Amino acid sequence: MNIGNKSLPQTAQSIPTKKRDWIGIFFHILFICSALVGVFSLATIVWFLFSEGLPAFRQAGVLDLVFGDLWLPPALFGIFPMIVASLASTIGAVIVGVPVALFTAVFLAELAPQWLANIVRPAVELLAGIPSVVYGFFGLVIIVPAIEVIFNIPAGNTILAGIIVLAIMILPTVITISETSLRALPPVYKEGALALGASNIYSIFKVLIPAAKSGILTAIALGVARALGETMAIIMVMGNAPAMPGSLLDPARTLTANIAMEMSYATGIHASALYATGIVLLVFIVILNAVILYINKKRAY
Amino acid sequence: MLTRKTQDKFLLAATWAAATVTILFLLWVVWHVLSNGLSFVTWEFITSSYTRIGEASGIWPMIVSTVYMVVLTLSIATPIGIMTAIYLTEYAKPGSKIVQVIRFCIESLAGIPSIVYGLFGMTFFVTTLGLGFSILAGSLTLSILILPVIIRTTEEALMAVPMSYREGGYALGSSKIYTIWRLILPSAMPGIITAIILSIGRVIGESAPVFLTAGMVTKIPESVLDSGRTLTVHLYKLTQELFSQNEWDQAYATATVLIVLVLFLNLITKLIATRYAKKSY
Amino acid sequence: MKKVIGLLVAIVLSPIAFASSETTVTIAGSTSVSNVMEVLGETYQKKTGIDVEVQGMGSSAGIVAARNGTTMLGMSSRELTIDELTDVDTMVIAHDGIAIVINKSNPVENLTKEEIKKIYRQEITNWKEVGGEDKPIIAVTRDVSSGTREEFEKILGLKRNVNNIEVSDISPRTLVGNGNGMVKTMVANNIYALAYISLGSVDHELLVKALSVDGIKATNENVFSGEYKLARSFIVLYKKNVAQPALDFVNYIMSDEGQKIIDDQGYISIEQSHN
Repeated sequence: MNIGNKSLPQTAQSIPTKKRDWIGIFFHILFICSALVGVFSLATIVWFLFSEGLPAFRQAGVLDLVFGDLWLPPALFGIFPMIVASLASTIGAVIVGVPVALFTAVFLAELAPQWLANIVRPAVELLAGIPSVVYGFFGLVIIVPAIEVIFNIPAGNTILAGIIVLAIMILPTVITISETSLRALPPVYKEGALALGASNIYSIFKVLIPAAKSGILTAIALGVARALGETMAIIMVMGNAPAMPGSLLDPARTLTANIAMEMSYATGIHASALYATGIVLLVFIVILNAVILYINKKRAY
Repeated sequence: MLTRKTQDKFLLAATWAAATVTILFLLWVVWHVLSNGLSFVTWEFITSSYTRIGEASGIWPMIVSTVYMVVLTLSIATPIGIMTAIYLTEYAKPGSKIVQVIRFCIESLAGIPSIVYGLFGMTFFVTTLGLGFSILAGSLTLSILILPVIIRTTEEALMAVPMSYREGGYALGSSKIYTIWRLILPSAMPGIITAIILSIGRVIGESAPVFLTAGMVTKIPESVLDSGRTLTVHLYKLTQELFSQNEWDQAYATATVLIVLVLFLNLITKLIATRYAKKSY
Repeated sequence: MKKVIGLLVAIVLSPIAFASSETTVTIAGSTSVSNVMEVLGETYQKKTGIDVEVQGMGSSAGIVAARNGTTMLGMSSRELTIDELTDVDTMVIAHDGIAIVINKSNPVENLTKEEIKKIYRQEITNWKEVGGEDKPIIAVTRDVSSGTREEFEKILGLKRNVNNIEVSDISPRTLVGNGNGMVKTMVANNIYALAYISLGSVDHELLVKALSVDGIKATNENVFSGEYKLARSFIVLYKKNVAQPALDFVNYIMSDEGQKIIDDQGYISIEQSHN
C-alpha cells in the first residue's frame, strides 16, 4: 500500500506550480517561520538562563558554586549537596525501576497472553498520565510513613522516599519505549534462535534483549531525564534539607526542588544562583542527550 | 539442561512478577486516591466556587482555569506545531542544515526539565514582557513546553500518509498547498488529534511551570491577563496548606477529579487509535 | 525573537484585553498573611463587588512583586529592609505570634529560648535533654525566604556572619517545608517533630500543640501584652502611586470590620493591641 519511502523523495516535493505561485510562496514562508519558533524559543531560553545565571558564577566562582557544600543565601551558594541528591535519587530510581520496567516490557512484548497485554498496556499508559503532584501526595501519606516504620527512623522524608516515588514515575516511560523496540525487531531473530533449539525464554533474554539494546538504553536515558527533571513530587517527600546527605535515609534537596522552593522569593544574586542551578541541571540534560545521540549513532552503523 | 530449565522458569516468573508489581502500584495509587476522595466528589464540590468563609468549598474556578489554560495553550501551540511538522516532512530537504538545526532545537526543548520552563516563563513572560501572573503567561510558557510533543506526533502522522496521495494530488494538477490541505492533513487527522490529546494531558499535569507563571488565584479568571489556579496547582497548594480534615478531603477529591480526567483522556486516545487502525485497511 | 512573541501576544490579547476587569485588587506575599487575607478579600468582594486576588508565595516574593508592579499590594510577615523600603509605603495590619509546635502525643510543654536555639543548631538532638522522652528531635524549618523564618531567626539570634553577610544559623540538616500547612502536616504526622508556625493558624488544629516559651503560654493575650517574645507584625506594602481600589482595600482592612475579621481568624488586630 505504501509505495514510497519513509523520507519523501525530492521529485514529490519539487512539483512545479504554475498558477497561484504566490500562495505557495506565502505558505512556504509561513511554514518556515513556524518551524523557526522552536529554534527561537530554545535560543531565548538558553540566553535568558545564562544571562541571569552568569552573575552568580562570576560572583561566587564556578568551583565554589558547583563544588561548594554550603547553601547559605545570600552569602554562600554551594549546590554540590543538591547535585549529589539529584544524582543519588535518579540513580536509585533507575536501579529500582528499570529492572521492573524491563521485565514488564518483555512480558508485554513476548510473554503475556493477548487479552492480558490489552489490560496491562492501557494501565501503564494511565500510570504515565497521572500528574506528578498526585504521586507526591501518595508518597507523602503512604511511602514516607512506611519508611519510618520499616527502617525505624524518626523521619521518613528521605532520599529513599524520593527514589521509590521516582521509580514508580519512570516505569511507564521505560516500559513503553523498551516494548516498542522489542517489537520492532525482525521476527527472524527469534525464529532463528528457536530453530537452533533455544527455549522461548532463552531466546528472549539472550537474543532479543541484546538485539534491542540501543532502544532499551534510549528508554533508560529518557527515564533518567524524567527522574532528573521531576520537581513537585520530590519536594513533597524528600525533606529538602540543603545539607550533604550521608546516606539514603537522610533528607536531601534536589536541584529542581531548590529552584522551585526559592524561585518565587529570591532576588538579586540569590535569584541568579537559582538560574545557575538551572544551568547545572541543563548541563546534565545535555550530557544525557549526547549519550542518547551516541547510542543511536552506534545503532545506525 | 536442568539448570537452564530452572533459569527459564525463574526468568518467566520474574516477568510475571514485574508486570504484577507495575499493575499493583497503579492500582494502589488509584485506589488510595479514589477510596479517600470519591465520596467527596459531589456535584456541589465540582460546581461551587472555592471559599474560605463558607462551609462548602468547591473547585469550579480551578476547572475553568484549567480549561482556559488548555484552550489557550493549544490554540497557540497546535498551529505552530502542525505547520512545523508540515515544513519538516513536506517542504524541507531531508538532512539539510536547517532541518538538522530545527530538529536539534526541538529535541533539546523536549529535554529541558519543566522547572526550567517555569524559571524562564517567570522572568521572560511575567516580568520582562510585563504580563504579570496570568493565564496568558502560563499558556505561552506551556506552549513551548508542549511544542515538541505536537511536532513529533504530527510528523509521524504525516509520514504515515501514503506517497500515492501526494502523487495522485499532483497528477490531478492541484497545487502543493491544496494537496496538503485537502488530502494529506485530513488523512493525518487521527494522528494530529492524538497529538492534541497528549498535549492536553501534559497541560493538565504540569504544576511548577504553571504556578510560577500563572499564579494561584482561586477565582474564575475574567480575562487571559488574570491569574488562575489549575487543578494540579490547586492540589499542590492544598497539600502545602493542609490545616483541617476538611482540607484533606478536598485534596483527595481534587486528586480524584484529576485521575478521572486522565482516565477519560486516555480512553478517547484509545478510541481514536482503534478507529484509525480500522480505517487504514 | 522578542518581536515574534510580542506579535503573538498582541494578536492573542487584542480581543480579550478590554474585558480585563478594572476593579481587581491584586495582592501577593507571605503565606502566613495570605491565610487571613483570603478571608478579608472574600468578605470585601461580597460587600463591594471588587475582586481581590490573593497569592500566597512568601514574604520576599510579595515585596518584590509589589515593588516591581507585578501586583498592587504586597504582604509581608517580616520587617522590610532599608533597601526594600525605598519608594513604598507600609501599613501594619495585624500582629501575630510565632508558635513553637510539636506533635500532640509529645509530653513536653515548655522550652526556653536558649533550648529552641540549640535545637535548631542541632546542639540538642534528643527530647531527653529538654525534659522529654528519650527520643530524637526532628526539627522542621521553613524555606529561607519565609518571613516567619526571618523573624524567628532574628528574635532568637539564629544568625551568623559569613563573609560579612548575615546568614541563617539553622542547621542545614533541618527538614524544610514550604508553607505553614506543609510544616504543620509534617508535625502532625511525626511524633518526634518540632516546628514553628504562625500562631494564628494553630488554634483550630487538634493534632499539634503550641509550647510555652520561657514559661509564657503562646496566646494572643500574651503576644500583645509583650510577654510572649516570639511575635511579629503583618505588613501590607504598596508603591506610593498605587491605584485607588488598592488603597480602598487597605482602608477596609484597617476599618473596624476588617480588624474584626482579623480577630475572628485568630490573629491580633491593631485596635486590640492598642487597648
